[in-house]
Amino acid sequence: MAHVESGEAGGFVSGVRHPISGLDHVLAMVAVGLWGAQLGSPAVWLLPIAFPMMMAFGGMLGLMGVPVPGVEIGIAASGVVLGAMVLGEVKLPLAASIIMVGVFAIFHGHAHGTELSEGQNAMLYSLGFVISTGLLHAAGIGIGTVHRWKTGQLFLRGTGAVVMVGGLIFLWGALS
Amino acid sequence: MRPLRNIAFAIAMTLLAPSLAHAHLVTTGLGPFYDGAMHLALSPEDLLGLFAAALLAGLGGPQTGRWTLAILPTAWLLGAAVGLTVPEVPSFPGLSIMTFVALGLLVALDVKLPAAGVALIAGLFGLVHGLFNGVALAAANAGMINVLGIVTAVFVLLLLISAAVVSLRPAWTRIAVRVAGSWIVAVGMLMFGWLYRGAV
Repeated sequence: MAHVESGEAGGFVSGVRHPISGLDHVLAMVAVGLWGAQLGSPAVWLLPIAFPMMMAFGGMLGLMGVPVPGVEIGIAASGVVLGAMVLGEVKLPLAASIIMVGVFAIFHGHAHGTELSEGQNAMLYSLGFVISTGLLHAAGIGIGTVHRWKTGQLFLRGTGAVVMVGGLIFLWGALS
Repeated sequence: MRPLRNIAFAIAMTLLAPSLAHAHLVTTGLGPFYDGAMHLALSPEDLLGLFAAALLAGLGGPQTGRWTLAILPTAWLLGAAVGLTVPEVPSFPGLSIMTFVALGLLVALDVKLPAAGVALIAGLFGLVHGLFNGVALAAANAGMINVLGIVTAVFVLLLLISAAVVSLRPAWTRIAVRVAGSWIVAVGMLMFGWLYRGAV
């Protein structure tokens, strides 16, 4: 009578896979890392701290049934705006950058943080979800290390354009 | 302001909602001591809080680490010993989550506290989680040997993680520790939501 205990580990794996299963989510989170890398310290580490915390806050609102209007539009708009920030290498005041990233994070958390399969461990799902999100930021920061070179700066701006175009496509889908 | 008041009320009710303690003792085949150690390894809410306490102790430096290493496992042992003797009492998952969120927040903000202050906070965390462990173990007819297994595992993990953090030198590594603290807070916020949903 074999019975594989898949619930607990499955919760973690589901959590890890969820953020990377949606391109809209991936684009925005990598863009946060890219923008942080362009802005330099302290934004490079403050933005990846603000995003998961505000995303979790959005997830908490979603789980509690608190409605957030225009979630899909907000997610798509995050790709457009963050992509534009990277493309234009825009240097906003630190507080404004954190607020912008934090507001977008609420939309992402509200939409994606609430999907737990039956029988899976909520704690491990949440842990996997947050770690995966953080690693996407880290990937963006890692790519952003090319910013020290002239060609690297151009490359980063190019990736910003790609994120922005991706966001525009998602925005078109959300509005139509 | 009414929606905000409603959310605050819902969070407060969620935090205060009791539930029955659930034991999930795994038989390792190596005896109750290792069963206890395995119990900790399979309790993510205990592990996450312990991880946060170890990070906080490590950020405070060697003196804070030593204080915490002395106080936290002792408090855990005391709490569990009391829990073993108490008849079935409800546990408060909200309180358990709140303890690791508070520790994670202190790590994320890199709050400078005196060594005794960190040890006291970590000790309170150990006391609460030890108590819940003890109650759960008593319900599963487990005893003090299991508790010793848990506390030994707590001591070893706390020692290894806090010592690793104390030894970090480059500035960015300290930032990485703070990022880990923020992730713990994020997990806690999602857990409040799950708790409200009844999935915890």
